[in-house]
Amino acid sequence: MSNKVIHAIYNDDDILMDAVKATRAAHHHIEEVYTPFPVHGLDKAMGLAPTRIAIASFLYGLVGLSVAASLMNYVMIVDWPQDIGGKPSFSFIDNMPAFVPIMFELTVFFAAHLMVITFYMRSKLWPFKAAENPDVRTTDDHFLMEVALHGSEEDMVSFFKNTGAVEVKVIDKH
Amino acid sequence: MYTFSSKLKTFAFVLMALGLVGIAFGFLTAPKTVEDVEKILADSHHGGHHTEAVAHESHDEHAATDVAHHEAAKTEAVVSDSLKTTAQDTVKAAAAPVVDEHHNDNHKVEAAHGHEGADAHAEHQEHLEHVLHQLQNKPWAALYVACIFFMLISVGVLAFYAIQWAAQAGWSPVLFRVMEGITSYLLPGSIIFFILLIASGMHLNHLFVWMDPEVVKHDELIQGKVGFLNVPFFLIRAAIFLAGWNLYRFLSRKNSLAQDNANDDSFYKKNFKLAAGFLVFFIVTESIASWDWIMSVDPHWYSTLFGWYVFASFFVSGITTIAFVTLYLKSKGHLEYVNTSHIHDLAKFMFGISVFWTYLWFSQFMLMWYSNIPEEVTYFITRIENYKLPFFGMLALNFVFPILILINTDFKRLTWVVVMAGILILTGHYIDFFNMIMPATVGDQWFIGVSEISSLLFFFGLFIFVVFTALTKAPLLAKRNPLIEESKHFHY
Repeated sequence: MSNKVIHAIYNDDDILMDAVKATRAAHHHIEEVYTPFPVHGLDKAMGLAPTRIAIASFLYGLVGLSVAASLMNYVMIVDWPQDIGGKPSFSFIDNMPAFVPIMFELTVFFAAHLMVITFYMRSKLWPFKAAENPDVRTTDDHFLMEVALHGSEEDMVSFFKNTGAVEVKVIDKH
Repeated sequence: MYTFSSKLKTFAFVLMALGLVGIAFGFLTAPKTVEDVEKILADSHHGGHHTEAVAHESHDEHAATDVAHHEAAKTEAVVSDSLKTTAQDTVKAAAAPVVDEHHNDNHKVEAAHGHEGADAHAEHQEHLEHVLHQLQNKPWAALYVACIFFMLISVGVLAFYAIQWAAQAGWSPVLFRVMEGITSYLLPGSIIFFILLIASGMHLNHLFVWMDPEVVKHDELIQGKVGFLNVPFFLIRAAIFLAGWNLYRFLSRKNSLAQDNANDDSFYKKNFKLAAGFLVFFIVTESIASWDWIMSVDPHWYSTLFGWYVFASFFVSGITTIAFVTLYLKSKGHLEYVNTSHIHDLAKFMFGISVFWTYLWFSQFMLMWYSNIPEEVTYFITRIENYKLPFFGMLALNFVFPILILINTDFKRLTWVVVMAGILILTGHYIDFFNMIMPATVGDQWFIGVSEISSLLFFFGLFIFVVFTALTKAPLLAKRNPLIEESKHFHY
């Protein structure tokens, strides 16, 4: 079964935004929008769900904090509570201020790195990944909206022509 | 134009009246003589004998070492104490010398030098006299803390305001009139504060121990600082700082109002240059002011990042106050163009500067805790020993709660969340100032009672009255500010 999509290409982000709104209003399903740079408000216009990566990052930070605290507690207090320069290694809280720089850094380290890795995994980015670019111009100065084709092909093409597209193509997507 | 609601005005007057009554009560009930103190001590804590015993012990030790200078004695006491208590934590080890130091502050000559085998009665009298001084300081210190807290809030807002001008911020011009309203408290606040400083200089109280010639006579450390810490120079400095800040406030407000009716942007440019100049003046004077007004209550102690630390404390309080007044005016429908994005930005500042304050607090604490040099660590030992709850409690209020509450983007847009976090922040920073002043002035006799709360109420009432009166004087939206359109449509 062939799966046809429409590629509407724009050369201005304001026109793109209007087109996205018009497409949504006409109840056409936007599959994807390719832009050379972040277009402010595009996700809202497309109705994309907000990201949860900040929540993930917060949780990773908590993990980092726990790792640091338990590491310092085990190494400095439990395993070998040496007297190093008179520092009170009787209990964790006695020597806590000395551990804070480590706890802080590991919190940030875990929060940052795990969040970045989460981002790569969720957006399927890795080295040697084949680029999924439908039109090379979209990395330079053109904007491309991919819309699933339903119903009359003629109607839809003229609809996108009217939204200010500089080019409208019907593509067979495999 | 905003009209001062009569309800709020009545509320402010009630606060001021209640506060005045409480302040007067605090001064009238402060003990006058040693006999009063004896009675208070006997009534309040029968367990107080233990404290006395510790004090006596340290005195004997002090007498035995027989060194003329008590600072040297203190250091030696630390050494001998820590030798004795090998497995004890450092906090406890150095606790006795702190008591010792406090007693020495009020030592008379005959007591300071070799009276081995002095009778317990004389020691007891001395202890009572020491407590008497602390209790007499209590209403003064309460007044001083509340006064400097509210004055510095308006200074913090002024600094924030100047930064917004100098940075040409596009989001904040709709809030300029709110900020100008809050900074109007600077003039009355600094006048009352200056009067308090003069009162200290005239020896009406004993807040600044270095102002007492009797103390300085026997204190070589303070003698070495007399070139800076002397009453006339102190008052001149204070006058210059306060006058400079008030002058900037006056001029920037004038220009800001003139810009409303101007045909060009000349007043805007003037204010821009003025703000840049003020910020340079401010950062220098604020630093020195924090040494003068806060650090000098502990004249034996010093910390290099203290100015920044104090700044962060009142800066975040000032921003919180802006958020409060904005939310109040918005809820009454007076700020048409203020949206949740403006509130969000203020909440971000509250969050960020809270963390910044914590960073400075911890840097100051941890460096001294880590090196544990007796002459600087006593500052924290007195606080941890006698002010455990306020000292660590403010850390929860100023850091833990704000970071957990205000980290969420959606929460930063909710009025009730911002108000709740703001109340925690303001309470926390009042306690912060309390912790800076009280240990050196009233020591372990502290209590958040009638004097402290009344002083807060009085200045809170005055603050509300002055600020909301000033808000009625000009339209709440600046008209011809070049950035006002951007600010009206600010959206984040």
